[in-house]
Amino acid sequence: MVKPGDGYKDIPIGGLILDAGNAKEYKTGGWRTKKPILDKEKCINCHLCWAFCPDISILSEDGVVSDQIDYDHCKGCGICANECPVNAIEMVKE
Amino acid sequence: MKLKEAAKTSERFTGGHRLCSGCVAGPVTNLIMRASKNPAVVGAATGCLEVSSSIYPYTAWKDSFIHNAFENSAATVSGVEAAYRSLKKQGKMEEDFDFIAFGGDGGTYDIGFQSLSGAMERGHDMVYVCYDNGAYMNTGIQRSSATPKGANTTTSPAGKVIAGKQQYRKELTDIMAAHNIPYVAQISPFKPQELMKAAQKAFETKGPAFLNVLATCPRGWRSRAEKGIELTKVAADTCVWPMFEIENGEWKLLYKPRKKKPVEEWLRQQGRFKHLFKRGNEHIIEDIQEHTDKRWNYILERCGERQ
Amino acid sequence: MSSKVALTGNEALAQAMRQINPDVVAAYPITPQTAMVQTFSQFVADGEVDTEYVTVESEHSAMSATVGASAAGSRAMTATAANGLALMWEILYIASGTRLPIVMPVVNRALSGPINIHCDHSDAMGARDSGWIQLYAENAQEAYDNAIQAIRISEHKDVLLPTMVNLDGFITSHAVESLEILADEDVKEFVGEYQPENYLLNADNPIAIGPLDLQDFYFEHKMQQAVAMGDAKQVILDIAKEYKELTAREYGFFESYKLDDAEVAIVALNSTAGTAKAAVNNLREAGVKAGLLKIRVYRPFPAEEIADALKDIKAVAVLDRAESFSTNGGPVFADIRSVLYDIKANVEVVDYIYGLGGRDIKVEEIESIFNDLQEIIKTGQVENRITHFGVRQ
Ligand SMILES: Cc1ncc(C[n+]2csc(CCOP(=O)(O)OP(=O)(O)O)c2C)c(N)n1
Ligand code: SF4
Ligand code: SF4
Repeated sequence: MVKPGDGYKDIPIGGLILDAGNAKEYKTGGWRTKKPILDKEKCINCHLCWAFCPDISILSEDGVVSDQIDYDHCKGCGICANECPVNAIEMVKE
Repeated sequence: MKLKEAAKTSERFTGGHRLCSGCVAGPVTNLIMRASKNPAVVGAATGCLEVSSSIYPYTAWKDSFIHNAFENSAATVSGVEAAYRSLKKQGKMEEDFDFIAFGGDGGTYDIGFQSLSGAMERGHDMVYVCYDNGAYMNTGIQRSSATPKGANTTTSPAGKVIAGKQQYRKELTDIMAAHNIPYVAQISPFKPQELMKAAQKAFETKGPAFLNVLATCPRGWRSRAEKGIELTKVAADTCVWPMFEIENGEWKLLYKPRKKKPVEEWLRQQGRFKHLFKRGNEHIIEDIQEHTDKRWNYILERCGERQ
Repeated sequence: MSSKVALTGNEALAQAMRQINPDVVAAYPITPQTAMVQTFSQFVADGEVDTEYVTVESEHSAMSATVGASAAGSRAMTATAANGLALMWEILYIASGTRLPIVMPVVNRALSGPINIHCDHSDAMGARDSGWIQLYAENAQEAYDNAIQAIRISEHKDVLLPTMVNLDGFITSHAVESLEILADEDVKEFVGEYQPENYLLNADNPIAIGPLDLQDFYFEHKMQQAVAMGDAKQVILDIAKEYKELTAREYGFFESYKLDDAEVAIVALNSTAGTAKAAVNNLREAGVKAGLLKIRVYRPFPAEEIADALKDIKAVAVLDRAESFSTNGGPVFADIRSVLYDIKANVEVVDYIYGLGGRDIKVEEIESIFNDLQEIIKTGQVENRITHFGVRQ
């Protein structure tokens, strides 16, 4: 992986990026002003929040929505909370 | 596919991209990519999706990705697909691939229109996806031919004598249908399963397919970030963004609102239409309503639905 | 076994393309290149090549699709001229910046406007800073030979830059010449299989090409490109040497024609070099020490080698078949004068902008330029640094 400050001899030519999907290492959680909290008790596992999250931050494991939100990438847009049909997600101030 | 089943598909577009908070191009891309069953080569036109997803040295694409320029996403991917056919024919590779070109409405309706038309006419086995946010957002909300009438953009500003964009939007989906390609759909992300189904059909189509997907831009629409998906539903319920597909020439309606809502409901939630609610501009809203009704009736007729 | 054939320049290049057998060609017709892509289309239709021919709707898409095909991991070519090259402009830089070894014949023609279909070098000269290697050819034989060598040059791991193979519109593209064509197997072996290191159609190692590259790394990527252009010089010579073993035809950065003891010399590109040779011969017969430097490799510019070749000449005329509108002479003139400055050579350099829009230049006319050079030596005076040669008052 290319590191800040690398010289021209150290990096792949032509601007090629050889590590597909490495944006994951770039954290966007710091953009957030509000944070979604998912209440498993209320969740009906419809997966709408999973489908609508712009930052792929609602996680699902074996078909079950997790309350472990990917806060490294969640930008706090509130779409998940807005779309949840049973109000299982609450946006709280950071 | 049920969403919880869809959630078992592998992630192809990752977090860590730098689209704005609440940008609906994000879920549109994520869901479409998940509908692909093969490794893919993805192309993207210059624009928000491209600049946000591949800022050196990062890429949010788990598949091979190419950005060439603004107006040539379709031509570029058509070259990739031609290479694939050539290498396969010569027995130099075996694996199956999907080919996808993304473009914003600027890169699709306007500057990339010729390249798109050419690629579709030539019959490349590829899927072209336009995420239509109704303006050149990446360069700061300039009007495109997809911008709805009346919208305030930075090059069609609402001023003292001109009330925003003067023209109706271009119906690109119809134009793509007129290319007689096997699959064309105009869809919306508030129905994620429908979106994935259309994408899956597009991928499974032999030959070119075109998807036109409404993608809220909270920044350019002057709307609240959390309303991005909801607004795409309002667009469908007010019929400003009808959802339909054309499969081998057959038009089919994909969504019919239970009760058609007035366009005001769509306009009111977006700051870009604020000036239309000033006294003296009522006729513009009426005009938009009339145009929307006419268009909706036309779509119903094409789809063999009762008005 | 090679064979002697009579072909036009366009046909010769189409033959080279057939023998190279690229995986993809995406091209659009334009005079005077049209016959090349038509002939090649017939090869595709007759199954003589494995190429997928993408019948794009414009040159912009031709270059865009060629970039896509090359990035995908295939050997990809296109061909164009004049306005077609101009329409590709934006993507020329993307092809070189992305380090794609695309080879493209360019049949040199005047750029509009007013529209003109005949030969000059305004198309290629405008693209001289686009990061492409540029080879020039006096005749169809050289254009054919350049095309085959270009594949190896471009694809060399120390280079990975695209190459334009230039030839003069109509004069070379349409005139029938007798030339030697290599055997198909020899070309196949010479160019070899294209084996890219990183490419799109590799599901095991997906990559991203063409990212947004900002202040932190863009300059480093441009530096790599500049280094590769420099490294291309040795590669060009090495490949020419290998090619010579196959054909006995010798290529370098330029051809020095009777330059060793020359006092007056002309620098020219493409077909005019042939005319200039006739003029040199006539003058030599008349006892004038005339010579010619015919540039083959214009980008990378072989600065030191040209300086060395011209250092003892007393007066040099550069023939520029393009007007750069700098008011300071044509593009080749600027390059030549600057290398001579570096070595502090005691030489006068003048520029003749000639032949725009296909206006003919005759042997006697070139002789008259040599006469002007002799006059400069005699008087020590340069009356006209820049001459628009043959233009009517
Ligand atoms: C040839 C060319 N013209 C103009 C631009 C500047 N430009 C870059 S992105 C863009 C607008 C993109 O708009 P759109 O396609 O609608 O995508 P969005 O940014 O809205 O996602 C413009 C005008 C460019 N990059 N290239
Ligand atoms: S707040 Fe937005 S970014 Fe965060 S998890 Fe919810 S939808 Fe995703
Ligand atoms: S400006 Fe609009 S389209 Fe662009 S990233 Fe932001 S929200 Fe998305």
